[in-house]
Amino acid sequence: MKPAAFRYHAPKTIDEAVALLAEVAPQDGRVLAGGQSLVPTMAFRLAKPTHLVDINGVAALNRLGVAGGKLVIGACVRHAAFHRPVCEGPLGALLRDVVRHIAHYPIRNRGTFCGSLAHADPASEWCLVMAALDGEVAAKSAHGERVIAARDFFKGVMTTALRDDELLVEARLNILGADTRCGFYEFSRRAGDFAMAAALCSYRLEAGKIVAPRIALGGAEPSPRRIAEAERALAGAVPGDKAFRAAAQAAMAAVDPMEDATTSAEFRRDLVLAVTRRALERADKS
Amino acid sequence: MNRSTPSPASRGRKESWIGQSVERLEDPPLVAGRGEFAGDINFPHQLHMRIVRSTHAHGRIVSIDTAAARALPGVYALWTAADIADVPPIDFREGSIPALDPYRQPVLASGVVRYVGEPVAAVFAEDAYVAEDAADLVAMDIDELPPLLDSQAAPVEFSPGHGSEAALIRQGYGDVDAAFRTAPHIVELELAIGRHSGVPLETRGAIGRYDASRGILELHGAAKVPHRNQELLSRMLGIPPSAIHVHESHVGGGFGIRGELYPEDVLVCVAAKRFKRPVKWIEDRREHLIAANHSRQQLHKIRAAVDADGVILAIDDVYFHDQGAYVRTHATRVVHMTAGILPGPYRVPAYRSVGHFRLTNKTPAATYRAPGCYETTFVRERLVDAIAARLDIDRIEVRRRNTIGPAEMPYLRPLEALGESIHYDTGDYMGLVEKLFAKIGWDKLKADIKKRKAAGELVGIGVAMFVEKSGLGPIDGVKISVDTAGMVEVVTGGASLGQGFETVMAQVAADALGIDYRRCRVIHGQTDRISHGIGAHASRATVMTASATHIAAMKLRAKALEAAGELLQAPADTLDIVDGEVMRKDQNPGPSISLGKIAQHLAPGAKTLADREPGLAAEGWFKTSHQVYPYGTNIAVVRVDAETGGVAVERYFIAYDIGRAINPALVEAQIVGGFTQGLGGALFEEFTYSEAGDPLAVTFADYVMPAIHETPAPNILLAQDYTTPLNPLGIKGAGESGITAVGAAIASAIDDAIGIPGAVTQLPVTPQRLKRLLANGGVTRP
Repeated sequence: MKPAAFRYHAPKTIDEAVALLAEVAPQDGRVLAGGQSLVPTMAFRLAKPTHLVDINGVAALNRLGVAGGKLVIGACVRHAAFHRPVCEGPLGALLRDVVRHIAHYPIRNRGTFCGSLAHADPASEWCLVMAALDGEVAAKSAHGERVIAARDFFKGVMTTALRDDELLVEARLNILGADTRCGFYEFSRRAGDFAMAAALCSYRLEAGKIVAPRIALGGAEPSPRRIAEAERALAGAVPGDKAFRAAAQAAMAAVDPMEDATTSAEFRRDLVLAVTRRALERADKS
Repeated sequence: MNRSTPSPASRGRKESWIGQSVERLEDPPLVAGRGEFAGDINFPHQLHMRIVRSTHAHGRIVSIDTAAARALPGVYALWTAADIADVPPIDFREGSIPALDPYRQPVLASGVVRYVGEPVAAVFAEDAYVAEDAADLVAMDIDELPPLLDSQAAPVEFSPGHGSEAALIRQGYGDVDAAFRTAPHIVELELAIGRHSGVPLETRGAIGRYDASRGILELHGAAKVPHRNQELLSRMLGIPPSAIHVHESHVGGGFGIRGELYPEDVLVCVAAKRFKRPVKWIEDRREHLIAANHSRQQLHKIRAAVDADGVILAIDDVYFHDQGAYVRTHATRVVHMTAGILPGPYRVPAYRSVGHFRLTNKTPAATYRAPGCYETTFVRERLVDAIAARLDIDRIEVRRRNTIGPAEMPYLRPLEALGESIHYDTGDYMGLVEKLFAKIGWDKLKADIKKRKAAGELVGIGVAMFVEKSGLGPIDGVKISVDTAGMVEVVTGGASLGQGFETVMAQVAADALGIDYRRCRVIHGQTDRISHGIGAHASRATVMTASATHIAAMKLRAKALEAAGELLQAPADTLDIVDGEVMRKDQNPGPSISLGKIAQHLAPGAKTLADREPGLAAEGWFKTSHQVYPYGTNIAVVRVDAETGGVAVERYFIAYDIGRAINPALVEAQIVGGFTQGLGGALFEEFTYSEAGDPLAVTFADYVMPAIHETPAPNILLAQDYTTPLNPLGIKGAGESGITAVGAAIASAIDDAIGIPGAVTQLPVTPQRLKRLLANGGVTRP
């Protein structure tokens, strides 16, 4: 439980941080933000980075606000920031509902939104939000900045499109229209645990029928993603038990669930059915 | 015999301290952050030890390359088995048992590794970081052997000439075969209890120190049984007991698993003596989950012969006890006790129990709070529920027909537990059930559940009864003395694991002496202060140590009154002690003298000493040949989520008759804590293994313990109806009371909720397992 030796760097600006990363990334240098996943991993010596670039002192990364129709979440914004709606309308309310499923208060006070994205745990609630709502991230390195869409960002269990020398500077989510309905549901063995399956959905109603449906799943596959088959089942339907069950069935049929020694694919499929339907019910009541 | 709890005494009033929920003496340093746990203990020039553990479940050690580790700056020494060839395997608490000796655990693996986590090498370094860096550099070449992970599989060779079935335990009485030949009904079940264990907040820690100036070897960080470990170390290391001092500090939870003598304890002692430097070891959480004792894993194939009215005629049980890789300090204790206590509160005219004590390539197992009792209560109560279902008799009625009644007490059963015959002292088991029903409104509760079921909810009620053993003897001694300031010191051979031991002993001493309990300082877990002690386990501390404290304090009281009588010129029988002042019963106000003043008059050299033994002090011993048997009932109300397999425990009721509670709030705290752990074993906690024998639950993300959201506050009925005649205060134990029946009651409630009698046959009931039960049972989704 004692980490291996490492060198610690504390840059004050984004430029300093990316310059340091350019230097240390080839020697297994890593970014330290909230540290809620990285530090325990180091304590177990499953990770032995030789350098840590601590970005907590980079004031510019604390940005949290709306710009150009998007919610912008800087790399150092903590989970706890979302305990109250960070923007008006359904998006702020959705993020407030989601955040209380992320671990426990002490972890939410320290861990960051963007850190969760960079860590890319399959069960991460924020990764699911990004996938469901087609968010994007800005990645910066000494070579410049690029924008990566969520659907191109998550590459598998704890794997992303981020290069070693890139700093995930911010995440962006489109502001949702006031008439957007959203629902989130996850199942875990204990409150605050990693989800064994989670679903997030949104849609709008036109003439009483569902339009622009989004259904995404987390915790079931190596990366969160939208499930086109389920969305198709929902599109044009009248919201209600019949449509929700059909969409949930479609989601269950479409997933390729992860399996391990204690969780079977069959069980995870059952959970997908349950969480998808329940997320839709919550959207209906939102 | 009914006792009601008196209101808390105010200082200075003559009232009994026994039965009062006074505040804990232990708390001020703990809440102020001034406690001293193993991690807080440091000595100058100490070395830090790190254990290199096997990463293979089973294999032959070909070589261990330590060169790179030894070369690391700051590394002082590195040992493998060859370096401590003179240290024997870890002995059993009770000494050599020739048939089991070959299964003892070596301090460092020698030749073969038998579980992932087994100590293979020990690094000693100038700081804990360097020690861990060096441990990473030790390279093991292991020739893998097939792991044995199923205790039901055919036994294999453990070591040349010794099979993996270390013992076959038989207990029983009566003509079982005849009963089964003629019984109208035979009910058969196969039931499994998962591998789980106590997980204290504070991991283990051990600090060895050799005081060369006095020739004393010290072990700090001990818990539970310091004196037993002193004796064990003495035998193993060939050092007289008086030259080994074992010291207990604050302990952050024990639950049976902390405080046993483990390889790491022996290593710090041997190293401290050899290096002439203190050696400190603190366990990390991952180590704890693979190295400290596991417990519970058993599989029972049980059947009951039953008559047409649901009366049990005989029980026949064959069980497989998954011991893990070695037989540790407890030897056959758990597997043997399992057979003795299984029948519980019921009359069982004929009984046969055959226990297969099997080794596997997993972490070794031993006692965990209510050892054998949690397991057998699940098995027995499942069996009784199955009898009720088979004969279509109400499950309470079946229990009523089989339960031992108060008129049958004392009830002797020709079985053994912990080396004593089973001898239920007092109690009315069914009476307590009725009392609980009355308190909680049983009929209304049933009606509510029925209504919710009709509305489509999967809710259910479970019931379980149990009899617990407590107060394991054979003997406890206490030394008590009053100093010249009137402060009382109670020196015990007991141990405190955080349960309120000091407070309870102080209450008992204060009650006998007529002083405020806050005037007592209670010493425990210090082998240099008292030569005998059996510590805190088997719900024994209050029964045994408090009885000895009472006896010692009454002797001291007599001595004080005798001396005061002379000083006050009044016969001793006219005197009483009120708030530390000896005064005349018949004169108020009248002349008085404080206990501190009496101590001054009895000090060595005092003129008033005359030809008495100096000092206001006494020693008391309490001996017993029988444990006492508290008992209880649990009722669980659960709601099942058919879509996810999740179970929510909505309400939980525990009735427990303790005979006499010294401090009811502390007893209730024991019950709540035990209940929470029982809930863990019922729904959450399990040490799982891969097919290769790799442990899969090595962090708190995988070893899932119930937290505050999953744990309802249990509703407790603490009864004090049946005291025991077997000790001077009439008390029974509390430590294991809350945990025993939780697995049984929740299993019963889940069956009821899903409407499939006998569905639950395995603990813990994980969501995945419950989904499978629902799929097999054909329950339709709402």
